[in-house]
Amino acid sequence: MKLFRISGGIHPKESKELSADRPIERLPLASVLRIPLQQHIGGPAVAVVDKGDAVKKGQILAVGRGMVSAPVHAPTSGRIVSIGRFVAPHASGLPGQTITMRPDGRDEWGELPAPIDAFGVDPAVIAERVAASGIVGMGGATFPSAVKLNLRNRHKLDTLVINAAECEPYLTCDDRLMRERTAEVVDGVRIMRHGLGVGRAIVAVEANKPAALAALRLAVAAGGFADVTVVEVPTRYPMGSEKHLVQTLTGQETPARALTADIGIVVHNVATAFAVYEAVRLGRPLIARIVTVSGGAITRPGNFEVPIGTPVSHLVEQCGGFRGTPERLLLGGPMMGQPLASTRASIVKGVNGVLALAAAEAPTGPIMPCIRCASCVAACPCGLAPFDMAARIRKEELDGAVRIGLLDCIACGSCAWVCPANIPLVQYFNYAKGKLTAEQRTKHKQEETKRLAKFRADRLEQQRKAKEEAMARMKAEREAKKRQAEAAARVEVEG
Amino acid sequence: MIEAMGILLGLGVALGGGLGVAARLLKVEGNPVAAEIEEMMPGTNCGQCGHPGCSAAAAALAAGSAPVSLCPPGGKALASALADKLGIVSDLSGMADRGSVIAFVFEDLCIGCTKCLKRCPTDAIVGASRQIHGVVDDACTGCEQCAEACPTGAIVMRPETDTLATWHWPKPADRLAA
Repeated sequence: MKLFRISGGIHPKESKELSADRPIERLPLASVLRIPLQQHIGGPAVAVVDKGDAVKKGQILAVGRGMVSAPVHAPTSGRIVSIGRFVAPHASGLPGQTITMRPDGRDEWGELPAPIDAFGVDPAVIAERVAASGIVGMGGATFPSAVKLNLRNRHKLDTLVINAAECEPYLTCDDRLMRERTAEVVDGVRIMRHGLGVGRAIVAVEANKPAALAALRLAVAAGGFADVTVVEVPTRYPMGSEKHLVQTLTGQETPARALTADIGIVVHNVATAFAVYEAVRLGRPLIARIVTVSGGAITRPGNFEVPIGTPVSHLVEQCGGFRGTPERLLLGGPMMGQPLASTRASIVKGVNGVLALAAAEAPTGPIMPCIRCASCVAACPCGLAPFDMAARIRKEELDGAVRIGLLDCIACGSCAWVCPANIPLVQYFNYAKGKLTAEQRTKHKQEETKRLAKFRADRLEQQRKAKEEAMARMKAEREAKKRQAEAAARVEVEG
Repeated sequence: MIEAMGILLGLGVALGGGLGVAARLLKVEGNPVAAEIEEMMPGTNCGQCGHPGCSAAAAALAAGSAPVSLCPPGGKALASALADKLGIVSDLSGMADRGSVIAFVFEDLCIGCTKCLKRCPTDAIVGASRQIHGVVDDACTGCEQCAEACPTGAIVMRPETDTLATWHWPKPADRLAA
């Protein structure tokens, strides 16, 4: 298949060899699981169990709320200990609504929905099952997958792209998944293709995963699946960005702030495809995922199948703990991962890696003035001028930064990686995007409160008028009665 | 000579008449700047500025008789926006910005008198007679009217704290290595 070049990008040290040869392991269950209700983009789920309830593995714990949301299921059997706020797996370390459960050790499945004959049903049935199974984008974006499958209703689609690039250094969870559960992954891809209502699926794998490529090709050839193409894409960060992957495969550029669906393509992660296989063929909801634990400060790196809600501390303990003090602790890859505020936080649906980087792996130099070398411009895969945007943001000229493309930035970190002056470019962009959102939120609130104030003023005015009218009516009635009485009295006198 | 006088007279009558007609037809009610400023104000008529409502405050601002820093709920952000709008250079560094605050009801002090919810300009307080009252955070503008009305001091204004939904990355420290 002909591939197309994208501009920019970088070649960071891969460090995948730390965990690439470690098969997926299951670990002993943690003594307590903490399951956040917001593990996805959209409205948080609403708990439907109570403190003290006994739950079975796979039982629904919380239902999605609103159009874009996802339910949450019990990762094992046990008892609900509490429902309250607990530190979230988020850079801020702020608490979020969390269900805490204590496993009973029996790991008993509850009643599961019946398996679906995937290719004999309407695509809508597949999407419905995916939604009910709580499946979200497992590459890290955590957008509810069913909503993306339902894009077929609003867009003319022709291709499903499965993102198996895994371009972040260190991470090997998708690699292992494709090597060890090849048939299931390929089946999942075909189910998603059917669920999306398109004719072809492309699985894109970076060239640094030859074993996974070979395994996938073998499985596709063995099954004689003409609808699935396995494509080797060049190893270059950020190949796994969906818009860049689509451009590499088709040569089509997704318009700014539009969806890839606008050019007929929907991208899903390969781990999502496996979750879809489990949901459709076995009726199992998304309650566990594969996580790479790696980095120079981890005693025993590896790939693990981890129940959702497992505390990071438990995972690290099972890997032999830290070797020395980690310089940086991250959820996700080293390029776009979020710093972890506390190891008490849980593994959630979107966490593909836990990295503990040693000091040598996370060099931090002094921040120096920009020398206008334009390395960041060459590295930016979106064709932006990061140094210029950062300079504007430094002086609080957020609108100016937006004018030169801030909102097209995917925060991939390529610019900061190449910057010889160690300027924290991505942090500037994240700050600006967050500030702009906050400003918008304030404005929206102001409009809403104005509406409320007007509503109240109108209501008070109406009440006042109603009262006046009632008074006038009563007065009229009183007078009428009085006149009647007078008339009656006159009649009596005359009579 | 007569011609020139005639032309000038004609011109004067035509132009003067035109202006007179224009003044009548294109007459602007009130000060348009005041209306635009009113759009920017919180619009809850809380009265903390000392004016009898946001439109009166906007009129005072437009007339230049009130400082841009008059609106506590609007804070520094509104003050700088107003300064931009009015073309005033104003030093706001001394202005106390308490940040955005919202009302909070101490439930053990609330006696359910409903005085606060009658005063709330945005109906942000829910409750009924002899029931504990609660604040709808999303509707509260922090205008403090309820706190003034409360006979037991059960209402305090608390700064709005970040949540997972509202938190964003802070600005990197603007410090360069020498």
